[in-house]
Amino acid sequence: MTVHPVERVLRRRQRLWIYLAMAGLAVFFLFPLVFMFVSSLKPDGQILSDVGGWRAFLPLGDISFRNYSGVFDRVPVGRFLLNSLFVTTVIVGAGLVINSMAGFAISRLRWTGRGVVLSIIIATLIVPFETIAVPMVYWVSQLPTLLLQNGQLVYDFGWLDSYEVQIVPFIANGFSVFLFAQYFSTIPTAIDEAARIDGAGWFTIYRKIAVPLSGPAFATVAILTFLPAWNQYLWPSMVVQDENLRPVMVGMQYFFQDNTAWGEIMAYTSMITLPVLVVFLAFQRAFVSSVAASGVKG
Amino acid sequence: MAAPAVLLLLAFLIVPVILGFVLSFTNARLISPEPTSFTGVDNFVRAFTADPTFFRSLLNTFAFAAVVVPVQAGFGLVLAILVNQKIRGAVAFRVVFFIPVVTSIVVVSILWKFMYQPDGLINSFIDSITFGAWQGTAWLNNPSTALTAIIVLSIWQAVGFHMLIWLSGLQTIPGELYEAARIDGAGSWRQFRDVTWPCLRPTRVFVLITITIAALGLFVQIDVMTQGGPVDSTSTLVYHAVRMGYRQQQIGYGSALSLVFFVLVLIVALVQRFLTRDKD
Repeated sequence: MTVHPVERVLRRRQRLWIYLAMAGLAVFFLFPLVFMFVSSLKPDGQILSDVGGWRAFLPLGDISFRNYSGVFDRVPVGRFLLNSLFVTTVIVGAGLVINSMAGFAISRLRWTGRGVVLSIIIATLIVPFETIAVPMVYWVSQLPTLLLQNGQLVYDFGWLDSYEVQIVPFIANGFSVFLFAQYFSTIPTAIDEAARIDGAGWFTIYRKIAVPLSGPAFATVAILTFLPAWNQYLWPSMVVQDENLRPVMVGMQYFFQDNTAWGEIMAYTSMITLPVLVVFLAFQRAFVSSVAASGVKG
Repeated sequence: MAAPAVLLLLAFLIVPVILGFVLSFTNARLISPEPTSFTGVDNFVRAFTADPTFFRSLLNTFAFAAVVVPVQAGFGLVLAILVNQKIRGAVAFRVVFFIPVVTSIVVVSILWKFMYQPDGLINSFIDSITFGAWQGTAWLNNPSTALTAIIVLSIWQAVGFHMLIWLSGLQTIPGELYEAARIDGAGSWRQFRDVTWPCLRPTRVFVLITITIAALGLFVQIDVMTQGGPVDSTSTLVYHAVRMGYRQQQIGYGSALSLVFFVLVLIVALVQRFLTRDKD
């Protein structure tokens, strides 16, 4: 099909407008972050004097990493980072195992009560965490826990101020189970039958057949559970008082409350934003398809 | 094999939901010298008749959702249409628009609080584009601007997520439909109205519902930026529930407020079922 010259000019003009609109939007979405990273390198006085012009977005003047070392001098931010890293890793890792097993059982095995369990799991999807946060504080404060005291195992009550209180409630996830079940149901059942005839148990089929064939489902669930786990705020701010167990987000809020040194605050926020940003840019395609997958349920 | 996940969901989701329901009708406290007793609907009566902050929080929550839902959904759709154009660099722009979504909302709240300072970036920008005609205001300290200020950053942070949901909806529309519309002489607007919009129906319901539920649950921005102030102008339902239930340790009352939030979410979910039902 030939394009009329007039139409070609119109199209080119239209494209120019689209680029202009997108460039303007890119500025809108990026300027706060650029401002944050640049300010984290400047002394407080200069941040405020630069705010009136372009210099606010440029690393000019007295540039250094002093704010970063200032944060480390003031609070155990390395410890906070390790805490978050540990909590996030366990939630994502254990979640992949437990939720994929449940997804497998629901999509591949025939057992009584399967339908009920599936509808309960789907029902859990509409419960936002905020609705159960308050009763959950009460609940975990009553849960039994084993402690090692003077070489003896003793019983105690209350999970407050621990790693388990930050991890265990978030491992099982109805949406992850649902995604796995959907993915596993696309694997032909003929494979199962062949393996059964060869004497393989269900767990072997799960481990040797379903898991290796489901890389994309694992990647999607890992990405979708990683961000909320890393960003946890409401829950740990209620159940963790001990500074040694504090995750980065809550640590940052305390730092922000006790401080007016904006350079250091911006250093802190930059420090916890940068790793996530790097991971996102490295795996942006996987991120995008995971989010798209999360919309499929609609 | 489903047992571990089912047990964990039971222990940390279903039991807390039931417990929250039961606690709503008690005077339970986190640490209390007196035993917990049932108080019937006292907590709800208190919320709706004797707690002006609750009422204000409910109004603020609705106001927030009423603005955020249409604006964020519409803005997300515009972004999706832009990055869906077959032009060079569209993928790069898509990545850029999504960056705020992967930034923690706690970070975003602190950053914008800094920019909203009276002598901060936002005011100096307003000052320079109006050539000093308007000096701006102390956005978060002013009861009439604080909620609006929070709305802006909330949309800024979350809209990229819904752009992607819209985009995956747009990409399911077969190209032949546009082809046919063009042959029939439909311009861009007609193509949007008669092809894109009807085809996006399932996506639209999903986007609107997820934004509504997220908007009704507004908490972190409030907790980090304003603590509900000034004069309760930014207090929200979930913020108030956490303030009463946890900070003031009135677990029973906080659970009752959480239950009100849950009922709102359930209503939204039922609306979704109703809207998606009639197509099959």
